[in-house]
Amino acid sequence: MVLSLGIICLVSSGILAVVYALTKKPIEAAAEKKTNDAIMQVLPAFDGQPERLSIEADGKVYEYYQVMKDGNVSGYAITAAATGFGGPVSLMVGVTSEGIVYNTSVLSQSETPGLGAKCTEPSFADQFKNLDPAVTRLAVKKDGGDIDAITASTITSRAYVNAVNNALAIFKAITEGGDPEVASGTSTASDQATETCPAETESASTEE
Amino acid sequence: MGKFRLITKGLVKENPTFVLLLGMCPTLATTTSALNGMGMGLATMFVLVLSNMAISATAPYIPDKVRIPSYIVIIAAFVTVLQFIMQAYTPAMYETLGLFIPLIVVNCIVLGRAEAFANKNSVVDSACDGLGIGLGFTMSLTILGLVREILGSGSAFGFKFIEGDGILAFVLAPGAFLALAYLIVIFRKITKMN
Repeated sequence: MVLSLGIICLVSSGILAVVYALTKKPIEAAAEKKTNDAIMQVLPAFDGQPERLSIEADGKVYEYYQVMKDGNVSGYAITAAATGFGGPVSLMVGVTSEGIVYNTSVLSQSETPGLGAKCTEPSFADQFKNLDPAVTRLAVKKDGGDIDAITASTITSRAYVNAVNNALAIFKAITEGGDPEVASGTSTASDQATETCPAETESASTEE
Repeated sequence: MGKFRLITKGLVKENPTFVLLLGMCPTLATTTSALNGMGMGLATMFVLVLSNMAISATAPYIPDKVRIPSYIVIIAAFVTVLQFIMQAYTPAMYETLGLFIPLIVVNCIVLGRAEAFANKNSVVDSACDGLGIGLGFTMSLTILGLVREILGSGSAFGFKFIEGDGILAFVLAPGAFLALAYLIVIFRKITKMN
């Protein structure tokens, strides 16, 4: 009894080890390609390879990529996240050296399909193209800003805006060397709870 | 029973979704679009065929008392293999299906076929059974996903043919239940007529 179960476990783990070793490189390559594609998308054309750097602020380490053009630093691709409806909304935000948001790209999100998941579509995301934070107020219209929220998905829209704001705070820290004031994204939790739209109910998943 | 009968049986007479009503959790949760449904169905089919074959080959040597843990270990191993492969070669699909790939381990279709068929039939027959049930599951999930996608987003397999938003409820959980219930009714009606 113990023997047969032991043999099955041994053989299974052996197979897993082989498959893990075989797929390790492709998995890493796929992840790297995704990051590089995101950087290309959020920043204007640059020379060479983006340089991976990190900055420490509030006891947290934030990663970002620095790109060069004609020998000068031309922009930064900053990964930032904020809490959305179904989990963190993680973005790659491209900020030029002048502090203009060039473009944004969603790295991962688990928002409701058909509602919050629309944050990846151009109708919403294009609002963050060539955005000057000194001119456009970075908040959804409901909160007195200039960003049009996605219909019935204010929480997701807020998370997106918060993530961009976080990226700008990190950008400030990079250029000025000061401590960034990164909004936690959960600070408005109580306010979000009361405002949850009935249509935005999360589909519960249970094991069978 | 002929090999061909074994495969077609899973499509109609023992269709896991419309007749046996097994594996409802991934059925309802992943069919937000036709492509997602098809991806989930194919992923389950991959695990089902391999686990059926492995279990049918090892069943005579496994003592009855530890057969369930043994089956689960075998199924879990194949699911993890699938996870690695999807992560490496179809990262976009892997991200969409997310949690539901590891949950194939506890999908009652897979364990159900191991208990009901694979452990008392030959390796080839078990593979055919897995293929049939897997195809039936894929077909049902694709149809359900297609219906929900057309009604909910106005598109089919990602191609948008109705401008604007569809009936949002069909993308969300309630639409899954409604669409599934009506599809079961239609499926029963058609199979009864024949």
